[in-house]
Amino acid sequence: MKSFEITSEAIDLAAFRRRLLDNACGAYVQFDGWVRDHNEGQEVLRLEYEVYTPLAVKEGLKIIDEAIEKFAISNACGIHRSGLLELTDVAVVVGVSSPHRAAAFDACRYIIDEVKQRLPIWKKEYYASGEADWVNCQHCAHPS
Amino acid sequence: MNQVSVRYFAAFREATGIEIEQLQTTAYSPAELFVECAARHDRLQSFSSALVAINDEMTGWDAPIEDGDEVLFFPPVAGG
Repeated sequence: MKSFEITSEAIDLAAFRRRLLDNACGAYVQFDGWVRDHNEGQEVLRLEYEVYTPLAVKEGLKIIDEAIEKFAISNACGIHRSGLLELTDVAVVVGVSSPHRAAAFDACRYIIDEVKQRLPIWKKEYYASGEADWVNCQHCAHPS
Repeated sequence: MNQVSVRYFAAFREATGIEIEQLQTTAYSPAELFVECAARHDRLQSFSSALVAINDEMTGWDAPIEDGDEVLFFPPVAGG
């Protein structure tokens, strides 16, 4: 089983985990990314993800394939949210199952690290101060 | 001269105030095209960790641009 999706709906973690079940696997590792209430000294109230879905899915599947090739794993899936998210919402989930645990830990770490660096996804944080900013992009526009 | 479409995302879209534009350009690469676009849009600013795609394939800033291409300018990403 391998898959990568973008969804604007809340992620059903129990259903996600069931996809990775495999009689030949003795290990399952799952990473959830949650919306937290602070970033770089600012109090965060909520987030918005903008996703360019055609390329995010294509690149996500490429990363899943790379992980299956690099590590001794049997199954790998991921889902990333788009749209408005509240504190503690699950923003991203990655799950990996494998015969033995070491490969599952390594592959899960590889997938989430690559997803964060390569997928065309942008995060806007809404702060308690009333301001909102694109993360990693304070210098993408000259001041108006 | 090539006719290309340019799409801006997230902070780049907010900086230009537009999502997509059609341009006649002599730019050979996305890097050159971005300089032309920044000259058209005062607030658009180049950024070292920005990414680029042509026709829905991630590519390099020095890739060749051809007539009819759709060039996608992605500001630094922040998934997860």
